[in-house]
Amino acid sequence: MDWLTTVDHKKIAILYLVAGALFFGIGGIEALLIRVQLAKPMNDFVTAQQFNELITMHGTTMIFLGVMPVIFALMNAVIPLQIGARDVAFPFLNSLGFWTFLFGGLLLNLSWFIGGAPDAGWTAYTPLSSTEYSLTHGVDFYTIGLQIAGLGTLIGGINFLATIITMRAPGMSYMRMPMFTWTSFVTSAMILFAFPAVTVGLVLLTFDRILGANFFNVSAGGNPVLWQHIFWIFGHPEVYILILPAFGMISEVVSTFSRKRLFGYSSMVFATILIAFLGFMVWAHHMFTTGLGPVANALFSIATMLIAVPTGIKIFNWLFTMWGGQIRFTTPNLFAVGFIPTFVMGGVTGVMLASAPADYQYHDTYFVVAHFHYVIVGGLVLGLFAGLHYWWPKMFGRMLSEKLGKLEFWTFIIGFHMTFFVQHFLGLIGMQRRVFTYLPNQGFDLMNLISTIGAFLMGVGVIVFLINIGITAAKPRNASNDPWEDGRTLEWTMPSPPPEYNFKQIPLVRGLDAFWKEKMAGNKEMTPAEPVGSIHMPSPTILPFIMSVGLFIAGLGFMFTSDDFGNSFMNFIFSNYIVTGIGLAITFGSMLVRSLYDDHGWHIEPSELNEKGVKA
Amino acid sequence: MMKPGKAFKRLVPLFLGISLLLSACGREDLSALRPQGPVAEGQFGLIKLAISIMVGVMIVVFGIAAYVLIRFRRKPGQNEVPKQVEGSFKLEVLWTAIPLVLVLILAVPTVQKVFAFGEDYSKDKNAVKVNVTSHLFWWEFSYPDYGVTTAQDLIIPTGKKIALQLRTADVLHSFWVPSLAGKTDTNTDGTVNKAWLEASKEGVYLGKCAELCGPSHAFMEFKVKAVSDESFKKWIEAMKAPAVLPEDPAVAEVFKSQCLTCHAVGDQGGPAAPNLTGIGSRESVASILLNEGASGKPGDRKPVKDNLVEWLEDPQAVKPGNKMPAPKDLGLTDDQIEAIAQYLADYKLSY
Repeated sequence: MDWLTTVDHKKIAILYLVAGALFFGIGGIEALLIRVQLAKPMNDFVTAQQFNELITMHGTTMIFLGVMPVIFALMNAVIPLQIGARDVAFPFLNSLGFWTFLFGGLLLNLSWFIGGAPDAGWTAYTPLSSTEYSLTHGVDFYTIGLQIAGLGTLIGGINFLATIITMRAPGMSYMRMPMFTWTSFVTSAMILFAFPAVTVGLVLLTFDRILGANFFNVSAGGNPVLWQHIFWIFGHPEVYILILPAFGMISEVVSTFSRKRLFGYSSMVFATILIAFLGFMVWAHHMFTTGLGPVANALFSIATMLIAVPTGIKIFNWLFTMWGGQIRFTTPNLFAVGFIPTFVMGGVTGVMLASAPADYQYHDTYFVVAHFHYVIVGGLVLGLFAGLHYWWPKMFGRMLSEKLGKLEFWTFIIGFHMTFFVQHFLGLIGMQRRVFTYLPNQGFDLMNLISTIGAFLMGVGVIVFLINIGITAAKPRNASNDPWEDGRTLEWTMPSPPPEYNFKQIPLVRGLDAFWKEKMAGNKEMTPAEPVGSIHMPSPTILPFIMSVGLFIAGLGFMFTSDDFGNSFMNFIFSNYIVTGIGLAITFGSMLVRSLYDDHGWHIEPSELNEKGVKA
Repeated sequence: MMKPGKAFKRLVPLFLGISLLLSACGREDLSALRPQGPVAEGQFGLIKLAISIMVGVMIVVFGIAAYVLIRFRRKPGQNEVPKQVEGSFKLEVLWTAIPLVLVLILAVPTVQKVFAFGEDYSKDKNAVKVNVTSHLFWWEFSYPDYGVTTAQDLIIPTGKKIALQLRTADVLHSFWVPSLAGKTDTNTDGTVNKAWLEASKEGVYLGKCAELCGPSHAFMEFKVKAVSDESFKKWIEAMKAPAVLPEDPAVAEVFKSQCLTCHAVGDQGGPAAPNLTGIGSRESVASILLNEGASGKPGDRKPVKDNLVEWLEDPQAVKPGNKMPAPKDLGLTDDQIEAIAQYLADYKLSY
């Protein structure tokens, strides 16, 4: 019950982590099923329809439900600590963001059990995703589930923007913010601009499917290419929304374990912002073969290639952060160091793809599959593993086993390269993506088998991680404030895990890498910026949970309005929008309650302050 | 900073090495790495250029990374604090400038080729115009200048520009013949695409659908058959000849009433389903059942008639989600299916 009502950012972080792990697991199993099917030519492990459902759900789950929450988990766990804040700007919204995300994700995955999973690809291109060609409720689950989940992401993004803008400790100017805070800040800004676009698209598609609108229906004057534009105006920034926090994590980890400050901090900030800006300008490079014409293709080609410049700045800055340092190969740093070459490989294929005439050959082949997995798995997931291992002691008060961590790293990264490196060649020699099977003797057989074996090796790596977590959870909670000994930023100044009020006294920040600066000056802890006083805390509340349940019910009600359940009562309540009405009434009712009853929270008095961490 | 001449000297062997390495990859009739026509060749050139640059970048980055990781490991007892370097303006400018230059090297041919491949040859008198229409899950090729329509096997003369006009009859598909040209989407009306390709020598090239189009997306393949100009003319003549109907009047009657409502042979029948004229001499049945005796590399091939029977027995089992009703549901007996398969297998065009 405590977990349903919590508004503490550290607990919400753990909720996000658990939910992320759940969806990441589901997405991973889907991936393995896909690879089993493709292990040999003309395999009949799954049917064509099931395969399309698997690829659709794998992509959708991983992008929206698998890695987003893990990013949010780390943002929640770390950012308030890094900027010296007691909480996030809107604790209630933070909790609401999590619950809408979770219920959206659950709704989407419910499709496996009722109504059929979505089958039009994670991009859901129309007309394939229209009711004419996608006959099950799958795409309805997709549109409505993602709208609800996307609401959560948008709320989260706004919350972090406000938090980072308004709640930094005294002395922490923008140019003294830790890199992870910076990248999260830019990511949140990108969420603010990108998610409304996908929401609009999803609403239009929902209207087409459920209310019979004609936004994408050619015979009634609609245009399917419109969907592609809307989708990718969101979809391209989305990959930067994912990767930027990983850049931040890598920056923190590399600099900590080299015992050096980040090389070229200000150019890193500049590069981050530039990447974000360019990320919004290049969406049409997903549509080179759509037929936009040579002028558009040329412009988008060049704009896309330009992204190589800020990304290159980052790569070299990381390398030169390590240059002259004292590198320790802890598990987080192994992941960070493994990230650099892997991500470079993903990046260079990205520049190759940017060349439109060559992209006519790469597009929608396994070359692209290899490229984006190199970026999203080789970049983001390695970054997340680095971040999770790095901050795990801070979140849970226990150090993960280094031995298992190293085993996990090696199985995962070897499996990863085995899976995806060969796919570059598969694409170039003619294997298109999203095929549920392929004819033998085309030269695809061996490489597909290697890829499948690699995928299972990655699975082993993830299982080792889970075992590691399990073993660690049984150990005493004994991590020190600064368990890696070379912590540079504010989160390492407080107990692991931190008390629910974070800082007894808000610290005074005197430079970049605030804690390192104090350490170098011979201080053991930060200079406080305020006297010890009573600390205001927000009250726990169940309302966000109830509001999300309401949306969940309304979503289901809306989806099944025109179905025949073979039961007059069921038909009556669904076709008259009664279920939808009940769901919306719950949500809006909760909003009303929230508006009418002021809750001023509570205070922790100085006499009650102790250094105990939150229970996890 | 390397001198341009030196950089060039280093890039050339890399370039040559990579072209050797890549040119051995994949089947000649399928791989983008073994181009058989000017469009694919141009694209392959770009691919090679890009890969060369990228391999160079990777060598530099991996080299620095390896050096750093070996050289700057923390040694036991090493406790002094390393120098905290803020950054280096010169270095940072350098690694902003170098990628810019590399991008520029790639951008120039990119722009050139974008416009070259975007050229519209549909008004060119020497070009052969083909209207490509994609369907769930088959390809229709019609030649407006000759008044001929066929399906699944696109017959083209070598050495001539083929001006394609691509559209779809249902969902989006993408027309892709890796060894001849990159892909172009087939969009719905209102956004019809144009593209062109050319085959340098005779042969059969494998084509694929590259856009997820439903359950049988994997099976929506086609062949491009490049033949001599002379053969092409003969083929056009043969296609225009009056339809040959089954000799047995009973079979002919069934064929007409059941098959020709959607399919067409020669001048008879409808356009809703693949044109069957000369189906006996095609490369495959339903694009995935490969025919014995057809050209191309050996594989798991069966006689045309067996493939036709397999298809007619249960079309859904061969190609899930396709639009053809099962002949048995239409009331055809096994004998009738057998007879129609035999007739179609014997329906060959000589060209």
